Amino acid sequence: MKTFLSLAVLALTASVAPAQMLINGAGATFPYPIYSKWFNEYAKVDDSVRFNYQSIGSGGGQKQILAETVDFGASDGPMSDESLAKAPRKLLHIPTVAGADVISYNLPGNPKLRLDGPTVAAIFLGKITKWSDAAIAGQNPGVKLPDQDILVVHRSDGSGTTYIFTDYLSSVSSEWKEKVGKGTSVNWPAGLGGKGNEGVSGQVKQSPGAIGYIELAYAKQNHLPYADMKNSSGNYIAASIESVTAALATAQIPDDFRFSMVNPPGATAYPIAGTTWLLVYEQQKDPAKGRKVVEFLKWAYAEGEKMAASLDYAPLPENVQQRVMKRIAEIKY
Amino acid sequence: MRAAAPSPTADAPAARFAPPRRWPDVSFRWLALLAAATIVGLIFLVGWELYRGAHLAVARFGLGFLSKSAWDPVADEYGAWPFIYGTLMSSLIALLIAVPLGVGTALYLTEVAPRWIRQPAIMVIEMLSAVPSVIFGLWGIFVLVPWLRDHLFVWLKHWLGFLPLFQGPIYGVSVLAGGIIVAIMILPIITAVSREILRSVPDLQREAACALGATRWEIIRIAVLSYASRGIFGAAVLGLGRALGETMAVTMVIGNRPEVSSSLFAPGYTLASVIANEFTEATTDLYQGALFELGLVLLAVTILVNVLAQLMLRTLAGKSTGKVN
Repeated sequence: MKTFLSLAVLALTASVAPAQMLINGAGATFPYPIYSKWFNEYAKVDDSVRFNYQSIGSGGGQKQILAETVDFGASDGPMSDESLAKAPRKLLHIPTVAGADVISYNLPGNPKLRLDGPTVAAIFLGKITKWSDAAIAGQNPGVKLPDQDILVVHRSDGSGTTYIFTDYLSSVSSEWKEKVGKGTSVNWPAGLGGKGNEGVSGQVKQSPGAIGYIELAYAKQNHLPYADMKNSSGNYIAASIESVTAALATAQIPDDFRFSMVNPPGATAYPIAGTTWLLVYEQQKDPAKGRKVVEFLKWAYAEGEKMAASLDYAPLPENVQQRVMKRIAEIKY
Repeated sequence: MRAAAPSPTADAPAARFAPPRRWPDVSFRWLALLAAATIVGLIFLVGWELYRGAHLAVARFGLGFLSKSAWDPVADEYGAWPFIYGTLMSSLIALLIAVPLGVGTALYLTEVAPRWIRQPAIMVIEMLSAVPSVIFGLWGIFVLVPWLRDHLFVWLKHWLGFLPLFQGPIYGVSVLAGGIIVAIMILPIITAVSREILRSVPDLQREAACALGATRWEIIRIAVLSYASRGIFGAAVLGLGRALGETMAVTMVIGNRPEVSSSLFAPGYTLASVIANEFTEATTDLYQGALFELGLVLLAVTILVNVLAQLMLRTLAGKSTGKVN
């Protein structure tokens, strides 16, 4: 018995890999696929470090980085001033990739619809209740719109997708801004809640006359119909990686990178888009881990951004990447 | 077994009523006590942690939280009433459907069914309880809800539309759909417990009723059901306890809208669903506190229901309430 035990212990210790640094992160679910890919690819570049990411939600990510239980956080919405004030040191927002929300619907014949911001706001406020309403018909001449009730579907769980969408509605409708506001979870004036992108798209697919908002990546992978949206230049733009990158290029980005990119100027920009951030402290607590984090971030911008398009995320445009690289250089460890 | 040192009272006839002196017995006693205390302690710990997490919201909203109808994370205004209403309504509907079905099934299995059918039928019903909640939810969204929207609800509205319960627009996802799915999930437990209760009714009762000329149904009604009524009530309360906590299946078919409506076709929201949906993204401390408080309310209601169930089931033992006139 004793020899068996000692042999077993020896075998176990021999099979354990030489000390590999483990860096933990947690947060948003939206960028989880691209972050997973990045961590996988980076392990081939530098195998002395392993990244571990838990997609527990933006709220969780913000809380964990404030409590410093993780080495970096991730969030689909920027942290508010009150939350940032709770941080023990200066916390940086590093934007990584961007995505878009699209408006999906269930109408007979799957027509291609064109909608503008105020119309969508009115629909989600419950003020436009029929598909045959003049506001919708006026933008879609030639499309046969049934005289059917509009069934609004929104997210029941808190999410960055909701944040981007309500941010957009707040910027195009002062009534929405006053009555509802923006957030990862809001008090919806009308409609049903579905859990996750799957819940919303499932509900929309099942219910004739339904309308809902989902992530572009999700809509593309599941072949769901979505509307062209009118941007601030007056053009109707289809959501795509190019139109989201165009939105990023013309968005007003302040120095701390906490920006909203909904309804940006730009002729080819798609209006309902948002970026996702990594949250890292400017002064890293652990020098060794800090160095690895900075090396990973530099790699992510040099090489990782190229992988974004294959997973239906929009990479950051050149001018933004330059600014982000400068910010990364400021991280001290 | 090794011979232990004989204790002074080992040979006395009253020894088995005296406290054990041998160390295996004593240590077993303490271990068992520790296990029991751990479980009780865990429940108190859960309650305490919930209260600790909720204290911000409790301090801010007080008791009015229970009757307020609001859920606005942007304005930080929270009220539990729509969720309490949704939880109670869906559980009540589930009970109204599952208790007659479950007791009927139990009656069939104990009184009427031929012997060879009993075991297979019991196995099938137990399998129903083994299906995970999420599977029920998925089946609910893709099979049940479309059928309800296109057939059952239309039929109900057509025939019973004069009642405010069956008025209003039909979406498919609704409080009624939530109630139906929970009914399916609590059916096994109600059937199982009712079956045990009915089996415990002494044959003497049935024979007495039969001897007085009762028909099959009269035997069941007079001798069996009235004797077992308290126990069946306990089974129903046990089912209610399970129904109150159902999360995943309900959240997929109930519509997730924190609104109180007189119509059963309207979407609703339950305590467990909102916590599951919104907890990970609760950004402000008050928001999180409000969700904790909802958890506290749910825990309080569930404990209350379970305590009631235990009391009910306990008073059944040895009591005969059947009257044969």
